[in-house]
Amino acid sequence: MHEAFESIYQVLGKDFANAGKVSTAIKDTLKRLGVNPTIVRRVAIVSYEAEMNVVMYATRGKVLLNVSPDDVTLKINDEGPGIPDLALAMQEGYTTATHEMREMGFGAGMGLPNIQRNADEFNIDSEVGQGTRLFVRVKQI
Amino acid sequence: MTSLASSKSITLANVREILSAEVLNGDDLSVKVVEVGAADLLSDVLAMSKTGTLLLTGLVSTQVIRTAVIADLCGVVFVRGKKPGDEILSLAKESGIPVLGTNLKMFEAAGLLYTAISENH
Repeated sequence: MHEAFESIYQVLGKDFANAGKVSTAIKDTLKRLGVNPTIVRRVAIVSYEAEMNVVMYATRGKVLLNVSPDDVTLKINDEGPGIPDLALAMQEGYTTATHEMREMGFGAGMGLPNIQRNADEFNIDSEVGQGTRLFVRVKQI
Repeated sequence: MTSLASSKSITLANVREILSAEVLNGDDLSVKVVEVGAADLLSDVLAMSKTGTLLLTGLVSTQVIRTAVIADLCGVVFVRGKKPGDEILSLAKESGIPVLGTNLKMFEAAGLLYTAISENH
């Protein structure tokens, strides 16, 4: 069993060229720590969708990865426009994406539902004009 | 994202032959294709694919390769003769994601692979 591990990653808004790099690094880290491949895949999908959200909508964001023998948690805090209606944003298909975001294959209103689907614990809270804070826990045991 | 079928019996080399595809990245075509899916929406791929899925897509973007890495896909086939740029191919090379290109349309490519997989059962 691996030791506890913690790391912080920065994500820059509108940096489409590097979108996904942080999540790839997180995935590599989890693999290196010997986390079960199914768990690695779930965390990577959560991280990637959340990273894309920061790139697409926010000014900047931080991703805090924490790995313990019991679970993997991700905290994604961004500075950005926030989400006025969280219940609406959680509905599959609801989106405020631009044409540019859709051309990359995202922005179809699936991100947050995809994140929730892969999470054992999911918490989101947002303040308009300030930003959004997302917490996800994926259990290892 | 449409999941076509499960198979343990076709490889990327078979896929190249079936789709008359060009290999744009990847040296080892003995990789087994667990399942085939067709999608232009990456969130659908993240939601529906399994480890080892081969993705057929008409979407040409570096995010296709990132998605393949994140979701443990076995490879990507760009359909309708779409040519991925150098940036996409160098990311694929760096990430070890096999990439094929076919002139077939998505529907035709999916249909041929569906038939091949079904016959192998």
